[in-house]
Amino acid sequence: MTSHEERFQALIDSEEKIESTDWMPDGYRATLIRQIAQHAHSEVIGMQPEGNWITRAPSLDRKAILMAKVQDEAGHGLYLYSATETLGVTRDEVVELLHQGKHKYSSIFNYPTLSWADMGTIGWLVDGAAITNQVMLTRCSYGPYSRAMVRICKEESFHQRQGYEILLALCRGTDEQKAMAQDSVNRWWWPSLMMFGPHDSASTHSEQSMNWKIKRVSNDDLRQQFVDMTVPQADYLGLTLPDPDLQWNEERGHYDFGSIDWDEFWQVVKGNGPMNRERLSHKIKAWDDGAWVREAAAAHAAKQARKKEVA
Amino acid sequence: MPYEIHTAPGEEPEDVPTTSGGTTTWPMWEVFIRPRRGLAHGHAGSLHAPDAETALQHARDVYTRRREGVSVWVVPTDAVYASDPDDAEDLFEAIEKPYRHATYYEIPEEVGHM
Repeated sequence: MTSHEERFQALIDSEEKIESTDWMPDGYRATLIRQIAQHAHSEVIGMQPEGNWITRAPSLDRKAILMAKVQDEAGHGLYLYSATETLGVTRDEVVELLHQGKHKYSSIFNYPTLSWADMGTIGWLVDGAAITNQVMLTRCSYGPYSRAMVRICKEESFHQRQGYEILLALCRGTDEQKAMAQDSVNRWWWPSLMMFGPHDSASTHSEQSMNWKIKRVSNDDLRQQFVDMTVPQADYLGLTLPDPDLQWNEERGHYDFGSIDWDEFWQVVKGNGPMNRERLSHKIKAWDDGAWVREAAAAHAAKQARKKEVA
Repeated sequence: MPYEIHTAPGEEPEDVPTTSGGTTTWPMWEVFIRPRRGLAHGHAGSLHAPDAETALQHARDVYTRRREGVSVWVVPTDAVYASDPDDAEDLFEAIEKPYRHATYYEIPEEVGHM
């Protein structure tokens, strides 16, 4: 190890944060650029499934809430692109990688939002799973990423609560409304568990990330934490989770749950999920359609600068 | 929202170069927010904008959606001249000078709070 590497690892081992101006191994930098950029892409793509319901929200209140939530997702994407840029790449470069299909985003957004209840379930389960992961990331060793996570986690709590409240309203409503909520939870439960990624035994990048303290808790441990937290919340709603093997294990002090369909998981990761193509093509279209706005803003700025020179 | 992004087995992730290739993006600005009267502006993050006025508008959208403050500064990132972390010891006194701290001095209890 070089003295640079030793000092770097010593900082990590003593729970100090690494800042953008510090020396860091190329692998650490590359891992963070990829992870933070893809996290940012996920926030941005994540606007689509919920944006799908803004015009059909059942009340003005729900519509305002959903718009605020989607706006938050845009903001979260921007915090994270900023954090990526502290590592020496530009936002344009990483966005281009997404558009070329060389960067990924979270697979959960490759599922369609078929009913209003999905707005509730996404907030409760998808954001719930995200929070479990992101609370861990607030303790990540890279300062700018960790600070972005703190800011994001503060805002996520609203996301999860508004989702649960939507489901609560549906579950206290008519039989049809409750059935809509149940159908939604049936569709989203397993994809939500897949959000934590492959089993620890099959997770290729985990070990190095754990040593660098980019990742602090293993996939399986986070997933268990999420299941334990969520089952009582489902009970309160009076909804069932679609897993016959789900039951409390007194000895372990945790819920046991059935096995995940990893074939489906890898299919969606590889681009064959129900919405992969639509999500990416919509993203590219939005970027292209927005070109005139970017050009106009740049032209306006140039004109103002010229005026200032003359004056 | 979330995330852990996964790569299928055998599918190698594409790494971007670790230095910027110099694109024609809007310049970057650092955003500072004063949370309330009487407190100093603190660094909130950064963003891109074509000019200062637009940077202020973007700062409002990106960093103050929940009344996080009463005042915003935007500063061109290029204008920030930062110290080298390797110089920290020279800049911030490697050798402890305890006599610069109040706790260095022993004052008899009878004297009272000082």
